[in-house]
Amino acid sequence: MTRKQQRIYSIILIVFGIGIATTLSLMAMEENITYFYTPSDIFEDENLPPQDKAFRLGGLVAEGSLSRNGAIITFIVTDNAHQLSVAYEGITPDLFREGQGIIATGNLNPEGVFVADSLLAKHDENYMPPEVAKALEEVHGSDKTAP
Amino acid sequence: MFGYANPKRYQQLSRIILALALVFAVIFLGEGLYLALIASPPDYQQSETVRIMYIHVPAAWLSMFIYASMAVAALTLIIWKHTLAGFYIRAAAPIGAAFTAICLITGSLWGQPTWGTWWVWDARLTSVLILFFLYLGVMALGNAYDNPDKSQQASAWLVLIGSINLPIIKFSVEWWNTLHQPASLTSLSRMANPGIHPDMLVPLLVMAGGFLCLFVVLAILRLNNEILSRKIHVMRLRTIHG
Repeated sequence: MTRKQQRIYSIILIVFGIGIATTLSLMAMEENITYFYTPSDIFEDENLPPQDKAFRLGGLVAEGSLSRNGAIITFIVTDNAHQLSVAYEGITPDLFREGQGIIATGNLNPEGVFVADSLLAKHDENYMPPEVAKALEEVHGSDKTAP
Repeated sequence: MFGYANPKRYQQLSRIILALALVFAVIFLGEGLYLALIASPPDYQQSETVRIMYIHVPAAWLSMFIYASMAVAALTLIIWKHTLAGFYIRAAAPIGAAFTAICLITGSLWGQPTWGTWWVWDARLTSVLILFFLYLGVMALGNAYDNPDKSQQASAWLVLIGSINLPIIKFSVEWWNTLHQPASLTSLSRMANPGIHPDMLVPLLVMAGGFLCLFVVLAILRLNNEILSRKIHVMRLRTIHG
């Protein structure tokens, strides 16, 4: 074959090889790339870090579950399949409210409550002006903004 | 297509494109900034903080688009030995690096008030940081050897090998749990029903157009410089070696 054909084939081969290598590496590293676990992950008890290691829990703040007890706030995190109670002491991010997505870093205590050391708000991919959001709320009767 | 390898035709064409791109860059950026900063509505959740999006998202789109164009040029250089493609990689790399840096910095500034953190090592942010390092690597490798053609080959191979990062960046928010939110526009489920309101989508697209035209202007100017630079290099070699 001509040299040009050789170059083309070698490129295809190399790019293919790197693609496969990368795919395999990413699959092997899945646990480390996953930025947070959901309540369902914890319920199903798969691939969890050991009991005393901190990890990140992600999900929605369940409506009506937020309550303040002095400096500590407690709420329930849900992924619409399973729920987990969370307790957090500290400043909450600006976007933190009921129905909002959050990512909490901390440990699961023996009573099954997740004690969070830090709290991040996760916002969804919907962008709209306030008037539109208000109109949607009136139409749907609840906050449409599920992350 | 390869007719444009002819230097004279390239010069004529690039002059026209440069003029057009300059005009449109000014129009789009002017209109875009007005829409983004003044005319567009605040977000229902983030209020005025959302305006960073009009810089952050177009910069992100450009950073990926420029790298993809460099990958095409790398293929052209390696398979067809098209020297102009090598010049293009040298011309485009710093611009791509700048857009990636803008994306990372504005993203960080946006993350602090909304998420509550300047940086996390989730899949999206980490892969874009890797893209930034790839750009720097391509720039460094392009100057690594005394022989410019050898340097060009090396950086072209790096561009190709690194191009695996582009689908990783794109799909990182879908394949893994990340802090960065999923696509509002460009995922398949979103194309028919975008998660962004038209009053905000239009300024975003205008800014993206402006950034693209700005890139074209800068790339052509840099490409012309690279061509001249190579001519000087050849002339120097001729005087040394007679």
